[in-house]
Amino acid sequence: MKFLCVDCDAQMVFEERQLPGDGTLAAAFKCPTCGRVVAMLTNPMETQLVASLGVVIGGRTVPPQPLETLRGMVATGKDDAFEETGMRDAGSGMREGPRWSGEAQERLARVPGFVRGMVKKIYADYARQHGIHEITTGVMDTARAELGLEGM
Amino acid sequence: MRDTTPLIVAVALDISAVHNTRMPLNLRTYHELAGADRSGLPEQIAAQRRRVAERLAGVGRLIAVMSGKGGVGKSFVTAHVARALARAGRAVGVLDADLNGPTIPGLLGMNHSPLPTPDGVVEPAVGADGVKCISMDLLLRDGAPLAFRGPQAESFVWRGALEAAALREFLGDVAWGALDMLLLDLPPGIQRFHELGDLLPVPPPVLTVTIPTPESRDAVRRAMRAASDRGAPLLGVVENMVDGLFTGTAGADLAAEFGVPLLARIPWHPTPDTWDQLARRLESPA
Repeated sequence: MKFLCVDCDAQMVFEERQLPGDGTLAAAFKCPTCGRVVAMLTNPMETQLVASLGVVIGGRTVPPQPLETLRGMVATGKDDAFEETGMRDAGSGMREGPRWSGEAQERLARVPGFVRGMVKKIYADYARQHGIHEITTGVMDTARAELGLEGM
Repeated sequence: MRDTTPLIVAVALDISAVHNTRMPLNLRTYHELAGADRSGLPEQIAAQRRRVAERLAGVGRLIAVMSGKGGVGKSFVTAHVARALARAGRAVGVLDADLNGPTIPGLLGMNHSPLPTPDGVVEPAVGADGVKCISMDLLLRDGAPLAFRGPQAESFVWRGALEAAALREFLGDVAWGALDMLLLDLPPGIQRFHELGDLLPVPPPVLTVTIPTPESRDAVRRAMRAASDRGAPLLGVVENMVDGLFTGTAGADLAAEFGVPLLARIPWHPTPDTWDQLARRLESPA
């Protein structure tokens, strides 16, 4: 989808995506010529339809995770359906991951088990890329905002 | 005096559009906007397709096992053909595409160990005779239906898309490795076959399963016609549950009608040899 600033006849550029947690989505687009900003607001059904396609409004912020649409969407998945082997790299087997603070572990424990391993890996990758040795709830909040993981 | 003719004419003709005299905006169309949008949705879809193609690059043959009819034993045939091929030394996988009624893991005697997820992929489970498998049955809580998060009102709008996405992820995210054959066990009907046709570069060859009855023949005929219309090669027909409760000649009828071989007539109590013969014919149906 593209947005056109009619007054300027210019293509608007994506600015920001928000998932407020009520199933809706807001995506803001800005005119590069006049600076006008408009927001596209989708209702829960429209948001779900887009998410069902496995695509991300605003573009991907993290690499595709295995079975990510399934794991994010299935409500009846087994807690232990997947092994949490996300820290392994090809050359050296299991790699030391960042530490998790107690509060961060508690928050992670509230994530449904079916998707928890995937969420944990995304935060761990974020910490590793930013040279963070301990994942706190603050780090999780920052990562969530930067990566657009409002739903996690 | 001001000329009121246009107003009089408008009133006379009762043209409501006269009150909306805005000129058309003359907007440029989507394709006339040269810049890519940052969401890149077409590119994301293309990347999904590439992921499927890359993952299946090591698969020698892909075969869809389908039927227009439920309860004819598609999964039973699929599992046993897979095992027969594996016994013959082939590397075989089964993708259980029946997301709402998955049975392949049970037929392959699989335990439900957690699936490893190394390096951005999911490793398939391994069952009897070394047959690899992915199935919703391995992922769902015991006895739980496949239920999705999200607004349940009018879920028909998005549920089909979500099931197609699940099928795509089974194809694109499971590390099958090198396989001689990947069997796709489809649910009754033709919807999942059309989804496969959209996800794969070309529609997969089809192995059709029927029971002997005329009712089954008529339902399976529609599915075979749909597959054929989609451009899928028809490999042949397997007639299941013969010499028992069901009477009819559906297998022979369909084979003759579509000009394909009747690959096997499976009795109520098949032996391993039954499946071995079918596996051999499937590998060289001519």
